[in-house]
Amino acid sequence: MQPVIIMRGVKLLADERILLSHGAGGLKTQRLIREVFQKNLGNAYLQQELDSALIKFSSHKIAFTTDSYVVSPIFFPGGDIGKLSVCGTVNDLAVMGAKPLYLTLGLIIEEGLPVEELDKLMFSLGNTAREAGVQIVAGDTKVVEHGACDKIFINTSGIGIVPPNLDLRPQKMVPGDKIIVSGPVGNHGIAILAARESLDFSPPLASDCTYLNYLIDGVLNTGASIKCMRDPTRGGLATTLNELAQQANLGIKLHEEALPVQPQVKGACSMLGLDPLYLANEGKVIIVVANKDARQVLEEIRKYDIGKNASIIGEVTDAHCSKVVMETELGTLRVLRMLEGDPLPRIC
Amino acid sequence: MLKLKLNKITVKKLLKGINNESHIRIMEVCGTHTMAIAKAGIKQLLPANIELISGPGCPVCVTAQEDIERILILAKKREVIITTFGDMLRVPGSTGSLQEMQAQGADVRIVYSPLDAVNLARNNPEKEIVFLAVGFETTTPTVAFALEDAHKTGVDNFSIVCMHKLVIPALKALLSDQETEIHGFLLPGHVSTIIGTIPYEFIPREYQRACVVSGFEPGDILESILFISRQLENADYKVENQYKRGVKTEGNKIALEIMDKYFTPFNSLWRGMGEIKDSGLRLRPEYVQYDAIFKFGLQDTLVQLAPSGCICGNILKGILKPEECALFSKMCTPAFPVGPCMVSSEGACAASYYYAGGEVIGR
Ligand code: SF4
Repeated sequence: MQPVIIMRGVKLLADERILLSHGAGGLKTQRLIREVFQKNLGNAYLQQELDSALIKFSSHKIAFTTDSYVVSPIFFPGGDIGKLSVCGTVNDLAVMGAKPLYLTLGLIIEEGLPVEELDKLMFSLGNTAREAGVQIVAGDTKVVEHGACDKIFINTSGIGIVPPNLDLRPQKMVPGDKIIVSGPVGNHGIAILAARESLDFSPPLASDCTYLNYLIDGVLNTGASIKCMRDPTRGGLATTLNELAQQANLGIKLHEEALPVQPQVKGACSMLGLDPLYLANEGKVIIVVANKDARQVLEEIRKYDIGKNASIIGEVTDAHCSKVVMETELGTLRVLRMLEGDPLPRIC
Repeated sequence: MLKLKLNKITVKKLLKGINNESHIRIMEVCGTHTMAIAKAGIKQLLPANIELISGPGCPVCVTAQEDIERILILAKKREVIITTFGDMLRVPGSTGSLQEMQAQGADVRIVYSPLDAVNLARNNPEKEIVFLAVGFETTTPTVAFALEDAHKTGVDNFSIVCMHKLVIPALKALLSDQETEIHGFLLPGHVSTIIGTIPYEFIPREYQRACVVSGFEPGDILESILFISRQLENADYKVENQYKRGVKTEGNKIALEIMDKYFTPFNSLWRGMGEIKDSGLRLRPEYVQYDAIFKFGLQDTLVQLAPSGCICGNILKGILKPEECALFSKMCTPAFPVGPCMVSSEGACAASYYYAGGEVIGR
């Protein structure tokens, strides 16, 4: 008799581990789809079990993006690869001003992954999607032999609707605009590193992995003159700001004392020789806003739990074009370059 | 030690204390100081007559190229897992870096403590775990503790490539080198927690140079510079301890003892500085079974070195500055380093490259 495991009330005839045959398209695949994917992610689109989801749009401007997630370890403090693969794509849509609606989900699973872990990931992914207000409308699963990938890789693509007349581009930045960051930086990078190397920090450091679409929606609804937004993921705050400065062909000046960094992150960074400004974030947004509206936007962001430590960290300038410069607490200037090399691979 | 937290105003007050108007060249011996100085932009704050120059205190930077080449040979062996601190990973050798070899299948792992390497050895009895032991007196005791752990618990598939260096002999070599003009030394806080302050006393006594053992916060460094300036002004040369919260006059006896148990000084090769008498550590003969070079019979391997145009050697001696290297930030960047000074998080070239705030955009 095959062993039976009970998961959240659902009986799953489990092989316990994913086998190559789960990806072969036969009965086992079907069972996996129904008992893991439909259960956790199900909605009217998925239940149709068609080759593509059919979605109706009127004459809206559509934002469309894709991202692959290979983070190691797949479970980490503050999140897991399932939650991350929703948040990352939702945030990419949201920073373009789009209302995220639909995601597709591509899974590449290594043979041998316990079904229980897959179920946990899909539970977390489904929950996050529901909370963020997006639906998984199509999906695909491939299983590869042991060693051909590391546990699980996930790709999500997402579609969102952009309100008419909304135009967010770095080219709209002008000297004097303020730069706001929605909260402390560096947490995701340090949390992943700590989880990977089993470094214990007390209090423990969690990833900031979260969806930003409601916060961003609130900001846009203030009517403030927003120039552009970015989520500073890989390469961190410093690298993202460099990209903005280059695209706008303007300078950016930051003030060190205004930069939100949690003390534990600071401590961990100085111990490990890392700079929080170059570490990945998965739940932060950088907003460039006209000077006159900066206060109002800051107050709006601070209404949200994930934005309560938001801060105006600097401004756009026409000095030192295409460069990001930070005034340190001592009043000296430091150039912040783009990230070089890869201090931490497989961070997202 | 400074009690107040530094800001723009307190910095100005502190700097007012520096009255010395003659040209002062101060060497920060330690790579951690080099980075801290660059990061905080301390050179932008100092009056023009005070010049800070980097010294030979970046362990990865001073590691001889011959040692790097031997490590690369070791990494090619199938039974070997190389364990190392992250900085060594990208140091370029004639056949690429450890990182490049990793991509070709070599097993190279970053560890945060040598004890992790001993544990890895315990869990992989069929492999030889080789730890790349670089560093000054700060890191050597932790390696000695790892050796003690391996020795006491009978882990015999653990060995080290011993590249440890000693600070005092290097300072002696620098001081007797006529080319290097230094008036004062910012002495390494971390190393001094181990060796204490007494070993530096020959510097003021025999060479009439100012000496301050300094902490690593910008405030510590500025205050130490102020102390050095005063010593020079009054011709009152001595070893001052600015980093009292970390450094005791007599150092750390336990750490010194365990170092002495496993290691013994020998004439070691430094990048750019050549062989310096009794400046490196090697395993004592009774522990030679933990020496990876000996274990794999590489001690007589001749290493051919091709010139690369890198002037790290002269930078480590304080004769030239990174910007004076023709390759700096052109051919040589952290992503494509030519020399170790651009790789290490304590390297002078990397510090200049990353944090050249004042110099790039003007004051
Ligand atoms: S810039 Fe590069 S090549 Fe030049 S000295 Fe520094 S590390 Fe060597």
